[in-house]
Amino acid sequence: MADRTVVIVGAGPAGTRAAARLVAAGVRPIVIDEAVANGGQIYRRQPPQFRRPAKALYGFEAAKAEALHGTFETLRPSIDYRAQTLVWHIYDGEVHTLTGNQARRIRYDALILATGATDRIMPVPGWTLPGVYSLGGAQIALKAQACAIGSNVVFMGSGPLLYLVAYQYAKAGARVAAVLDTSTLAASIRAMPLLAARPGMLAKGLFYTAELHRHGVKIVRGVTPVAIEGTDEASGVVVRDASGGERRIACDAVGIGYGLRSETQLADLARCEFAFDTVAQQWLPVTDADGRASTPFVYLAGDGARVLGADAAEMAGQLAACAALRDLGAMVSDDEIRELREGLAPMARFRQGLETAFAWPARFAAGLPDEAVVCRCECITAGELRSVARDKGAPEVNRAKALSRLGMGRCQGRMCGLAGAEVLADALGVPVAEVGRLRGQGPVKPLPVNTEMAP
Amino acid sequence: MNAPVRNDVIVVGGGIMGAATAFFLRKRGVSVALLERGLVGQQASGVNFGNVRRQGRFLPQLPLANRARGIWGRLNELLGEDAEFLPSGHIRVAFRPEDVTRLEAHVAAVREYGLELEMVTGNALRARYPYLAPGVLAASLSPVDGHANPRLAAPAFGRAAAREGALVVENAEVLGIEKDGTDFVVETAGAGTYRAPVVQISAGVWGGALSARFGEPVPIVAKGPQMAVTEPMPYRIEPVVGVASSIEEEGIYFRQVKRGNIVWGGGWRGPALPDIQRAYVDPMNTLRQLPMLRRVIPALGALRTIRTWSGIEGYLPDDIPIMGPSGKVSGLFYAFGFCGHGFQLGPGVGDVMAELIATGRTTTPIAPFHIGRFAS
Repeated sequence: MADRTVVIVGAGPAGTRAAARLVAAGVRPIVIDEAVANGGQIYRRQPPQFRRPAKALYGFEAAKAEALHGTFETLRPSIDYRAQTLVWHIYDGEVHTLTGNQARRIRYDALILATGATDRIMPVPGWTLPGVYSLGGAQIALKAQACAIGSNVVFMGSGPLLYLVAYQYAKAGARVAAVLDTSTLAASIRAMPLLAARPGMLAKGLFYTAELHRHGVKIVRGVTPVAIEGTDEASGVVVRDASGGERRIACDAVGIGYGLRSETQLADLARCEFAFDTVAQQWLPVTDADGRASTPFVYLAGDGARVLGADAAEMAGQLAACAALRDLGAMVSDDEIRELREGLAPMARFRQGLETAFAWPARFAAGLPDEAVVCRCECITAGELRSVARDKGAPEVNRAKALSRLGMGRCQGRMCGLAGAEVLADALGVPVAEVGRLRGQGPVKPLPVNTEMAP
Repeated sequence: MNAPVRNDVIVVGGGIMGAATAFFLRKRGVSVALLERGLVGQQASGVNFGNVRRQGRFLPQLPLANRARGIWGRLNELLGEDAEFLPSGHIRVAFRPEDVTRLEAHVAAVREYGLELEMVTGNALRARYPYLAPGVLAASLSPVDGHANPRLAAPAFGRAAAREGALVVENAEVLGIEKDGTDFVVETAGAGTYRAPVVQISAGVWGGALSARFGEPVPIVAKGPQMAVTEPMPYRIEPVVGVASSIEEEGIYFRQVKRGNIVWGGGWRGPALPDIQRAYVDPMNTLRQLPMLRRVIPALGALRTIRTWSGIEGYLPDDIPIMGPSGKVSGLFYAFGFCGHGFQLGPGVGDVMAELIATGRTTTPIAPFHIGRFAS
């Protein structure tokens, strides 16, 4: 196996466990990661001069974070680790990387994509004002930089991160003006049997809520976002509550998010097949139980394949590595694979529970005013998108993109793609699966014009 | 099975050629069905660079290009939509004395076709285009050419044709074209059957398979342009810029759109797969283009590329299109295989083909493009 080139993209939980398994089999994988340090988003490391203890950074997950970081440190001599390196394209069996302005390409025998996830955003009027962050961004500011996004913060959206981030802010001493959850208590109760698949996680969720109450944080469920107000920066949030009354909450910063979306562009560039996932309500790369994609020798693991969280990502990373090793001709025991598959089963049930409790609020797309910005890079409004749907006959998202510029900016639709699809589907009166998905095009993230091929 | 829909003309292929032909046929009162396999303007017409350029063309093509340029100037009023045509000027720049000589010869040669170009050199070059690299020796300027948005132009022609009464059928893949007496019968996959005494094939690279069915095969091949765009910066670069060089790799061209992004293409072409209707940008081509871009305007190095794309274009060995009547079948016309330089011509091709079909002749010479040149 030592002569095989296995490339892993991502050094979070999935990438780290994949690397460990490959090293155990005698492979020296190339681990490519955009960040300065390993850990991914959830176990992101603070800058080296920072001295906060793991417990302060990762809470209940401190032991897992330390274990993962420890594993990575142990692996360092046995892997080719390329930090601060972007995989900007995958083409014809090669990974194209960028470090600084140096471009390189690596021919791989197997490729494991452990690219993680980002916040899933549903726009609301005012969401592009300074002072509005995604929930994940708000959390990273706190975790990595010990900064709060504001001193009087509203968190709005849905999903477990909403409560976790609010709790972390309250604990860190920021004032949390309100937690505004678009999902209802009834939905949470409906989801209980599924959430019970992971009793520990469920208990943590209840703990965060209890702690928020203890800190006197106002939690409102079943809200409909109306607007984020402010002239030069966010100064308040307006929602309609379940009884239809409008509430206005003053604040100096807002964190928004509705769960996570898988970062699938590299799988797309690797020409993996996609299918619409009804649980996640997103198009996801098709894999088998072990993470094999439709493109030979390409494997997906962790939240980049489907959002199941960090514990599942660790197992999926190892499993994807096992699949790759088998396909490359190495011996992997059936027991190991069976055990990993069994470990992942409750994760998927729990995920279904989360999507039941904190459903993606597709319905808000219909209510977005015409002047609301959907694509923030190109400043494309809901009204412009509706106009290309109705007046110019765009039956799917790529045509809508061509005619409206939605998703044509720096983020290439990573931020607005899902919401844009919902606005389009609503305007056309079809299910969102029917409007398709934005086709991926390199570069995945901006490529400087001063890029040079490395010698 | 519904009865076939009968029209005066069936246009197969809804790129800019087919859509413009349908539009101008309607302007002449001819009934027309436009059949498009996917969506109008989705293939080469929608993904090309967007050059509205006359200089640097095959000289006998200039009358057609001039006619097209005239239509571009009144396109918004004709179509009732904005295709972002910007007559901002077009320059070809040269880095080597021999390329300057070639530009000068071209400037002299196009004059008799009514195209007035201006050689800009020395201090005038620096004053007018201060952003150009010191290595640029000269530029030939076509002052009233420019660029337009290819994503908008062909669909706008399609919608305008429909408003004028054309039957525009999208998602109508043509399965067969048979001659039945004086009529052609065109059968589609699930989108009906159509009859007309006249058919125009304007199906890009796929036109080759259709002409072959009528005993007129052409050696057409598919290639993909290697396009990219930067993030926006303030609007500073007015003219479209192309490098005049006999070395293919050096042949970069770019334009800045009003909202600030710089769109470029050029150099080697990439793989195109007409069977699955996809074409790709080879990332190595993008990496090779970057130094070529900086060679012309070094300051562009400060920008970032945000997207690359390709599309499927049809190329013939002599680098000029197939356009005109069939050499074998009466009532059959062709306008396809524009070898990567069809966008500017599109409105003119539509106008000329409509004239040819409606009147039997055209005032613009198109004889060099006749399919008969490939008859063995």
